[in-house]
Amino acid sequence: MVDVRSGIGEALPPPEVEDVELYHPHSWWTRYVFSQDAKVIAIQYGTTATAIGMVALALSWLIRLQLGFPGTFELIDADAYYQFITMHGMIMVIYLLTALFLGGFGNYLIPLMVGARDMVFPYANMLSYWIYLLAVLVLVASFFAPGGPTGAGWTLYPPQAVLSGTPGGKDWGIILMLSSLIIFIIGFTMGGLNYVVTVLQGRARGMTLMRMPLTVWGIFTATVMALLAFPALFVACVMMLFDRLLGTSFFMPAIIEMGEQLQYGGGSPILFQHLFWFFGHPEVYIVALPAFGIVSDLISTHARKNIFGYRMMVWAIVIIGGLSFIVWAHHMYVSGMNPYFGFFFATTTLIIAVPTAIKVYNWVLTLWRGNIHLTLPMLFALAFIVTFVNGGLTGLFLGNVVVDVPLSDTMFVVAHFHMVMGVAPIMVIFGAIYHWYPKITGRMLNEVLGHIHFWVTFIGAYAIFFPMHYVGLVGVPRRYYELGETTFVPESVHDLNAFITVAALIVGAAQIVFLFNLAWSLRHGREAGGNPWRATTLEWQTPETPPPHGNWGKELPVVYRWAYDYSVPGAPEDFIPQNHPTPGRLSHEGAS
Amino acid sequence: MAVVVILVLLALGSVLFHVLSPWWWTPIASNWNYIDNTIIITFWITGFAFVAVVLFMAYCVLRFRHRPGATADYEPENRRLESWLATGTTLGVAAMLTPGLFVWHQFITVPEGATEVEVVGQQWLWSFRLSGADGKLGTTEARDVTPENTLGLNRNDAAGLDDLIIEGGELHLPVGKPVKILLRSVDVLHDFYVPEFRAKMDMVPGMVTYFWLTPTRTGTFEILCAELCGTGHPQMRGTVVVDTEEDYRTWLSEQQTFSQLSASASSGASKATAVAAATAQ
Repeated sequence: MVDVRSGIGEALPPPEVEDVELYHPHSWWTRYVFSQDAKVIAIQYGTTATAIGMVALALSWLIRLQLGFPGTFELIDADAYYQFITMHGMIMVIYLLTALFLGGFGNYLIPLMVGARDMVFPYANMLSYWIYLLAVLVLVASFFAPGGPTGAGWTLYPPQAVLSGTPGGKDWGIILMLSSLIIFIIGFTMGGLNYVVTVLQGRARGMTLMRMPLTVWGIFTATVMALLAFPALFVACVMMLFDRLLGTSFFMPAIIEMGEQLQYGGGSPILFQHLFWFFGHPEVYIVALPAFGIVSDLISTHARKNIFGYRMMVWAIVIIGGLSFIVWAHHMYVSGMNPYFGFFFATTTLIIAVPTAIKVYNWVLTLWRGNIHLTLPMLFALAFIVTFVNGGLTGLFLGNVVVDVPLSDTMFVVAHFHMVMGVAPIMVIFGAIYHWYPKITGRMLNEVLGHIHFWVTFIGAYAIFFPMHYVGLVGVPRRYYELGETTFVPESVHDLNAFITVAALIVGAAQIVFLFNLAWSLRHGREAGGNPWRATTLEWQTPETPPPHGNWGKELPVVYRWAYDYSVPGAPEDFIPQNHPTPGRLSHEGAS
Repeated sequence: MAVVVILVLLALGSVLFHVLSPWWWTPIASNWNYIDNTIIITFWITGFAFVAVVLFMAYCVLRFRHRPGATADYEPENRRLESWLATGTTLGVAAMLTPGLFVWHQFITVPEGATEVEVVGQQWLWSFRLSGADGKLGTTEARDVTPENTLGLNRNDAAGLDDLIIEGGELHLPVGKPVKILLRSVDVLHDFYVPEFRAKMDMVPGMVTYFWLTPTRTGTFEILCAELCGTGHPQMRGTVVVDTEEDYRTWLSEQQTFSQLSASASSGASKATAVAAATAQ
């Protein structure tokens, strides 16, 4: 058996490049606003994403009020409802989850965890945030534009997205949405190139790829995927913008709009769906892989045990990332594409279940014979496993082409993707914030508030989305402003919908507790010290907490071991930091 | 301890919810009970996996939660366990995929002799077209759509003149006969969805999509649109009636052909009265 800890104590290669000289800010503006420090940029990304995320949360309340108590709220008419679901979906997927995982956690953690002073292109990194902010502002502007935001659904399918039957189709809504996405992708590319090059070129001496924490592996792989997937969305947005503004027909066949012949002809609506999902499916894993990586480190640290099967975990991340590019059409089984595609895409989709299941096994096997501290990060990690396994398993229904036929476009799909790429990754985000807040601020988050937040969020979110599968199983379609009279939906489904709405209101309110905790603990939290969790990875070994610009003081860290030396037999403590040189005390036998 | 109790309750509660909840699919009215069976197989396999993982976690938390003086094991890898688990998972996945692909093959293989019926979607209305005496549907073109010819039939195609047109009315199908449903849209994406048939398919402007089924019981079923098609999406409802052969023949004989409709339209009757006449029958 190969030793994953091999090379401990071997002579290190000499430094290949000299230490970098960083740009030093001269004023308050360049230190805190137009900052080139990845950690400040991370906080800017995080704050902006959270702010726009609160808009999405408020929209989800409005959506649920309509679904739970249809016709009660005059404010929510059909147009408004479709605008709410569209903006909720797009904000959550792109402007919150993608931005927070890659722009937020990526910026904060990559340089610290690989032992770099900063990202390799700090100026482009700064631009990345400001362009992201511009994209958010353009998106928000559509709420105030004539006609309001687009109501085409977050998938923006043409031809309806640019026609008058859809809110915002002939007004500013769709134009601002497409423009905002284009701007977002430009900004993301600047940040994404930074994350990739920093991982490949900026690692400390001794930090081999196979010694990197899984957090870095997850963010790194997700960023590579995003750099390959976002261009598909970019061209789709540009082409649809041309169709809408210049009268081209990339996605527009000859059609009628409200009884009138339009000048379009020859385009293919399905082409857009292929481009959208060529981006859209990898996007699921762009959100999931950072979560996979981070949760691995949370479990390992708080169970005081090395992650089980580290190399398998790395390969699973890479394989999932690769496979996710050849499964996109499982979103299109009933789209009218060539039905023979179904065989291929169902097979690739179900194959992805194998590396994903291996990751789940390795997380729970890390708990086995661990020394489990039920801290808040660990609780959120457990909640992640429960919700991710639940949501992942319903993916086996929807991926298996013929099973998807009755379930597609029903509330079952809504329940599935919220569980697997909404609730599960957000559990990781919360766990990660409870875990790294002490490093970012020097103070611990309040435990009591944290426990209230955890239990309400976890049980509440499960109570929202688990029963929702059964609403879909009954046959209730998604994206229905109101179900109205039907022959096949029993009256009790309305009660279930009302229950789900109440649960959603409560879970939403619990997030206010969390935000309060973030603000309150900034001043009143317990002093954390440099390494409150007694963790091995480099970010906990900085000379100062919070780490200043440049991270490491005079000397860059040197790495001697992998990231998971917890409870090593014979070691004086139950963790050995990665930059701890081995005085020959530890033998390789321990690692068999 | 609270964590352990909650995890166990959550796993068992989910199973109980599944078994006891009144929310289940509506009784089937087509030959696609294979799909229902595959869903049930999938429920059992995935349900077992979910309960196993959550209970295992609960046991780990119970047994290995931190106690003073406790230390964790040190075991980076276990090649044999990892490959055993990977193999087991692969088998479980294959057990779900294989029947799924067989049924999919049936789903996309239309039997010889299936009657062709066309469903046309437009914002926000269902229309239908059946072949006339010649047993063939005529060609159509979006460019030919006019207020008098809302389905865009090609007037120069003789095969289309005797086609039966039902605008905004009910579709009738004979029980026990395979039908190939041809799907077309003249404006935006729609999706023809009858929950009792289990099958659904998008309707895409510029192309013709299809699925097939054999209705297995008579009755009146609701047609819904399952692809967001604009503000009126939830109001886009229709009705499909599965008849005995005899009732179906009677209904069929009452429908108007394309040339009859065109004649009445050109003789001064407005489109509205033509639609009213067609639906009244």
